[in-house]
Amino acid sequence: MGFLDTLLGRTKPVPPKLDDLFALPSAAITLDAGTGFKPTGSGSVCFRPVEGRSFSDVQKEVQELLNMDSGSEGGLPVEVTKDSYGFTWLVSSHMSDQLDTLVTDLHAVNSSLVDAGFGPQLLCTLVAFRDDQERRLGLIYLYKRGTFYPFAPLDGERRDNSLELQVKGVVGDDLKWEPDLARWFPVWGAPGL
Amino acid sequence: MAARTRYAPDRGLTARMTATMFLLGLVFVGFVAAIIGIGAATHASDAVIVLFAVVIAGGFAIGSLFYSDKIALSTARAVVVSPNDGKEAAYLHGIVDRVCALADMPKPRIAIAPSRLPNAFATGRNADKAVLCVTTEMMSPRFTPEELEAVIAHEMSHVAHKDVQVMTIASFLGVVAALLIRFSFYGELFGGGGRGRSNNNGGGAYILFIIMGVSIAVYAISFLLIRMLSRYRELAADRSGALLTGQPSALKSALVKVSEGINMIPTKDLRSAEPLNAFFFAPAAHLTRGKSLSTIFSTHPSLERRLAELDKVQQQLNQAR
Repeated sequence: MGFLDTLLGRTKPVPPKLDDLFALPSAAITLDAGTGFKPTGSGSVCFRPVEGRSFSDVQKEVQELLNMDSGSEGGLPVEVTKDSYGFTWLVSSHMSDQLDTLVTDLHAVNSSLVDAGFGPQLLCTLVAFRDDQERRLGLIYLYKRGTFYPFAPLDGERRDNSLELQVKGVVGDDLKWEPDLARWFPVWGAPGL
Repeated sequence: MAARTRYAPDRGLTARMTATMFLLGLVFVGFVAAIIGIGAATHASDAVIVLFAVVIAGGFAIGSLFYSDKIALSTARAVVVSPNDGKEAAYLHGIVDRVCALADMPKPRIAIAPSRLPNAFATGRNADKAVLCVTTEMMSPRFTPEELEAVIAHEMSHVAHKDVQVMTIASFLGVVAALLIRFSFYGELFGGGGRGRSNNNGGGAYILFIIMGVSIAVYAISFLLIRMLSRYRELAADRSGALLTGQPSALKSALVKVSEGINMIPTKDLRSAEPLNAFFFAPAAHLTRGKSLSTIFSTHPSLERRLAELDKVQQQLNQAR
């Protein structure tokens, strides 16, 4: 934020960075090779809904767009959930080997919101992974930072920090990781995880 | 582009705030010029008073910048909490996490203050040192998560706008003026009543009188302008906060509930909360309904005004593509 904006007390909502999302499919291969975590095929986009007709119209369009898509490729329809913090999650489910399609779907949500002028409302995208022991792992993309971080929830609002750090080490430079650990915020009970 | 128009800055507010800051700057430049003029026209001994006032005021300003967080927290008897300190703390951290991720801001420390006053404040000299404090009443079930989030987004906007710094700098010369009033008052007492300098006594008292007069004028005008600036910054924070969460009406309903709550609180709580007013979400001291005087003296805009400004945000977010 510029000096003048600070002085005049106007914050510009931060536009999202979208491009780095496409690094996911190749990172998933590295992740599988290094830890045995495989994509479950489901992923979600989390955004802050704006009140009013304008935004709900856009949201409806996005849902229809994604549902049309899933119809032709045998995927499941898009699921919409609202979490306890008032954020909306659009969950898209595919076959576990269709990570490319999933990422394209997630990106479609982004671009629709951005085109309608609601880019600043995007919070994060989550892609779910599982290993043989049924441990859960989410790779979360922070739109405002353009960075990823891992999130491995355990039972009862605890997280497996060592697994998260291990994942970061294994995947390494394939993803742009969030350097500030204070921003690896947990998303308990995130849909699709 | 659609994205640009939907989040366009409020030109009216910007213009008014710029005008206020310009006037404040003008008053201060005039003040400094007058003091230098007086100093040049007299002997250096009177300049010492001015220098003394500037040094003390500078000390106040630096002190309040560096210790604002500690002072505010201890005044509110607030305790800094981590996400593991119980259910309430975890809930609060969850909300702040998301607001910070949306705004791309570093996460502040979070404190909870025991109070029956539903309120919140943010302080600290920059975004990295910021503390966000919420009272226990603000987290009661009376406020929905959306309302609490709206209040937090408002406070985080204060942090983003560096309001603690801006207001400290804006108040600086006002404090100098206030100190000069006091010093020249004492100077006059001692100059006139003490042993006196026979050759310079009449002239010295006269100069001190002028300094006092100028300082009183500067203090009075800057006081009003600072209050005005404070109100504009509240409106700016309301606006940024509402644009951030995309829910102006959640902020509106929170404002209404907070104002109602403040009306019902007994005097004792009110008085103990008073020193923090400038940083509070809504001021605790409730002013009478009279329009003219109470509005120009208050640190926060009236509820009606804040609601009207949020209506504009609502329309802006909902405008057609």
